[in-house]
Amino acid sequence: MTHLLLRHRDIPKIDQLEIYRKNGGFDAFQKAVKTMKPEEVTGIVKASGLRGRGGAGFPTGVKWSYMDQKNWPHYVIANADESEPGTFKDREIMERNPFQFLEGVAICSFAVGTKDAYIYLRGEFWQAAAFLDERIKELEKAELLGDNLFGTDYCLRIHTHLGAGAYICGEETAMLESMEGKRGQPRLRPPFPPSYGLYGKPTVINNVETLTNVPLIISKGAEWYKALGTEDSAGMKIFSLSGRVNKPGNYELPFGTTFRELIYEHGGGIINDRPVKAIMAAGASSTIIKVNDKVLDTPMDYASVRTLGADLGSASVIVIDDTFSIEKVISKTVEFFKHESCGKCTPCREGTYWMMHIIERMEAGEDVGANKELLSSVAKQMQNKCLCALGEFATMAVVSGIEKFPEDFTAARIGGDHE
Amino acid sequence: MSLIEKYPQEVKDIFAKYPPEQKRSAVMPLLYLAQRDGGYATREAMQEIGDMLEITVTDVASIVGFYTLFHDKKEGKYRMQVCTDLSCALRGADEFLSSLCENLQIKVGETTEDGLITIEEVKCLAGCDKAPLFQLQSEDGIEYHEDMTLDKTMELIEALKKSGREVKK
Repeated sequence: MTHLLLRHRDIPKIDQLEIYRKNGGFDAFQKAVKTMKPEEVTGIVKASGLRGRGGAGFPTGVKWSYMDQKNWPHYVIANADESEPGTFKDREIMERNPFQFLEGVAICSFAVGTKDAYIYLRGEFWQAAAFLDERIKELEKAELLGDNLFGTDYCLRIHTHLGAGAYICGEETAMLESMEGKRGQPRLRPPFPPSYGLYGKPTVINNVETLTNVPLIISKGAEWYKALGTEDSAGMKIFSLSGRVNKPGNYELPFGTTFRELIYEHGGGIINDRPVKAIMAAGASSTIIKVNDKVLDTPMDYASVRTLGADLGSASVIVIDDTFSIEKVISKTVEFFKHESCGKCTPCREGTYWMMHIIERMEAGEDVGANKELLSSVAKQMQNKCLCALGEFATMAVVSGIEKFPEDFTAARIGGDHE
Repeated sequence: MSLIEKYPQEVKDIFAKYPPEQKRSAVMPLLYLAQRDGGYATREAMQEIGDMLEITVTDVASIVGFYTLFHDKKEGKYRMQVCTDLSCALRGADEFLSSLCENLQIKVGETTEDGLITIEEVKCLAGCDKAPLFQLQSEDGIEYHEDMTLDKTMELIEALKKSGREVKK
């Protein structure tokens, strides 16, 4: 099957500008700038049904249309802070198909009237940032970025900005704070970034994968795009598959592909042919899904995964087999969120701290039954009380894991992970 | 020698990225620049950054404290930062880290006697399909090493010992 996003897998050297252009690269941006009004571009993206790929699934064109037209300048930030355990798709796009991503940033910038766009990369993507800087220079040299593009009065510059190791900066308002040179702590919303964003100006923040879809949508049209995927979830999606599968990796598939197909056909099945015990569909922030045949045959689109009481999120599918205890899983996720909690709001700061302590007590064999109840109770008390989604995320695996796998929270099981 | 004396062009390029009235945005890139010497930000460098951006040294230090890739203390020349999050743990990252520590005869957070390697445990590096993996943070920046084994890692460490410089994969 032909890839739309991971096109480097079909077209060798598409990370070279010449090859990218030979394959239609920057035609969409040129067409937009020369022949279209910004609101027409936004209209096409809206009609395509493209939804944000960073996890929330918010309709992209709708977000663009929210930009406050009375407050200028406008900014665009590409969210390349990819830090969710289990997610590794944006890095592959940026490193292997960089120009399609940059063209997406450029088209988005034109659509919302931005002259300065930023790419916020997590600090660990130091090499990727240096690589993108070089590609941006090439685009400036080729007059595809810079002043008076294609003989119009439209000007655009793209800058990279490196974070420095903080998961929370993927949350859009924390990202704004970080870009402004502050600690990455989320702002109270509303106001949302399209009315009050970077430096208090209207700002669109989109995920890397989301933006990489945009050039194709402008070239081929909204109807073409809508026909891919399902009614609820248009287009292709990169599924990051990790955990106990034989072939972990990124797989670009239409929305609506089943878990079974992803795990067994693409992922090569489970290591040593063990049974799948549980799936987390949206990385470490997921509800833990207890697997049976019905789950494996569920199509992966936003609406269908919701019928399992879970979310598709960024489609970071972590597969857990019967050699791994669910207690160990939540120990790992809680440790992550405790470390990454920014400390601004009390329920998250204290809640993640105490959840970790209770898990350590259980692992030390202290009154496992009572501590399990206490852990579940602390997690439930955090829910709906945190300033941003991080605190909520921290509770998902805990509550669902204890509920669905009580047998893994007994004194006999704890500590015995690998059989 | 101050940052501005040592890296005039880099400082200029960093400031050019942000609106002139928003120079505080330059704090993180300037801290990366400061870490090019010795792998950590000295008190003097933080003071200089604060002066350039018209913020206090405490503001700068709070950025260093908040973000895990900024350091205010000298450690090993190379920080070997191993991810042990869920996806990596499902592929043996915990076992990899403990055998690495055993081989180097240090604990997580400690530095080898020769001052070359500090072992750190870090959160997700977005390389979940290529576990076990770590990043190597040094004065020269950050480099990923994926699909690692203990043998490959020990070879890398030997090469680092010999060259004193980063070795490309």
